[in-house]
Amino acid sequence: MSDLSARERFVITGVGLTAPGGANDLPEFRRRLLGGVSGISTIDLRYMGKAPAGICAFEETRYRKKKENKRGTRAGCIGVYCAGEALADAGIDFSGYARAKTGVYIGLTEHGTVETENEVYNISQFDYNVDYWTHHHNPRTVLNNPAGEITMNLGITGPHYTVGAACAAGNAALIQGVQMLKLGEVDLALCGGISECVGSFGIFASFKAQGALAEHPDPTKASRPLDRERNGIVISEGGCVFTLERLDRALARGAKIYAEIAGYAMNSDARDFVLPYGPRQSECMRLALERAGMEPGDITIINTHATGTLQGDIEECKAVREVFGECPGTWTNNTKSSIGHAMGAAGVLELAGNLSSFTDNMIHPTINLDNLDPDCALPGLVAGTARKVDRVNAVLNNSFGMVGINSVIIVKRFVAN
Amino acid sequence: MTRDEIKDLILEIIEDIDEDAEFDGLDADAPLRDQLDLDSMDFLDIVMELRKRYKLQIPEEEYPELATLTSCVNYLEPKLKDA
Repeated sequence: MSDLSARERFVITGVGLTAPGGANDLPEFRRRLLGGVSGISTIDLRYMGKAPAGICAFEETRYRKKKENKRGTRAGCIGVYCAGEALADAGIDFSGYARAKTGVYIGLTEHGTVETENEVYNISQFDYNVDYWTHHHNPRTVLNNPAGEITMNLGITGPHYTVGAACAAGNAALIQGVQMLKLGEVDLALCGGISECVGSFGIFASFKAQGALAEHPDPTKASRPLDRERNGIVISEGGCVFTLERLDRALARGAKIYAEIAGYAMNSDARDFVLPYGPRQSECMRLALERAGMEPGDITIINTHATGTLQGDIEECKAVREVFGECPGTWTNNTKSSIGHAMGAAGVLELAGNLSSFTDNMIHPTINLDNLDPDCALPGLVAGTARKVDRVNAVLNNSFGMVGINSVIIVKRFVAN
Repeated sequence: MTRDEIKDLILEIIEDIDEDAEFDGLDADAPLRDQLDLDSMDFLDIVMELRKRYKLQIPEEEYPELATLTSCVNYLEPKLKDA
């Protein structure tokens, strides 16, 4: 892709995030990931009781009033914070970009579950009399809600919508941002993903019913992808929004460039509601590599999607091994071991967690990997402690989701022509 | 409830909606909406809160009665006399 003009290259120039355990900006998030710190604690949910979960604590009123947070949704609150932080990090104040040419694309695994559950509970206090059902329900549960709350907060009048793509949604929204920039629909894209899933007992209960909800007496050890003792997913909330710009515009304003989008792909298993399918995942990785004009050995870090389910982890590892075989300069890691599964935010939060590799040349470790499942053995698996390498050139980020949706994004170190 | 208690109730509900609401210098006879950061959805919150607390059903055509603090008190006084 290096022969592309700067108008056809797209770069990440700002990162705003909140991750479980109190990491509310990229440097802190990176510090915790490199240190192998778990962000998982325990939640006590209506009907469900206690479960390990990833909970965020950030300054909710940094970018809007408490009144707006009360009216809106948790996803909107997370989104407004992340978008505000991304713009601040990028140094974008809309003097150089028009709000009408700015798009907001937010990936969601689901939306409205939390609000609906809360409202059903609310009317249960009034003998299920729907006269007590809130007038806020519809604006809170329309699927564009979190993206729309961001536009209202920032006065952005360009397009906004959310991308529903199960747990591939964060990547899917980033891809959407790239595509809209390519088409010239927008000049600036705020794209990322959000999860408010920890507010829903139903999401926990459903994973539990499926036998896929992690349990462990120590919540910080509950998220253990690739480990023999893994027993399911740790559900997390969180968010991450990137500012994505055309390279020429970014260079013209002297922007800090985290990474360049090198390639991406999405495809569908077309098989099963919940079971992932390794062969389609490897096809997706190969397609992303092809579009990036890269060989497997060009990838320095593969950030796995692995969530800690028995079969899901094995399927992905088979797919990774099939594509990458023995690439001596390629390393693998897993971010969910530290932050759990942030659902719609997972892809972008995990990508963000690895972006700093281009500057510190470190690979953050997979934690809680005490006893590697032989079926999950991957070449170059970084476990326990962070690894220093000579140079990180490219990161491949996997994100897969229910009903058979796969997404792969490759970002590379920005090198000027 | 007395007129003062009703006034305090309304202000308490508004404060619950927006804890940054500033009541100093509030003109009881001027529209609340012109003086506070309130919109139509906030007024529906007031209606809902009165329903939840006192089982008051305020018909939509009577919502304008809630426009000012004084009109709120006038409208609610007979309805809340035994509350």
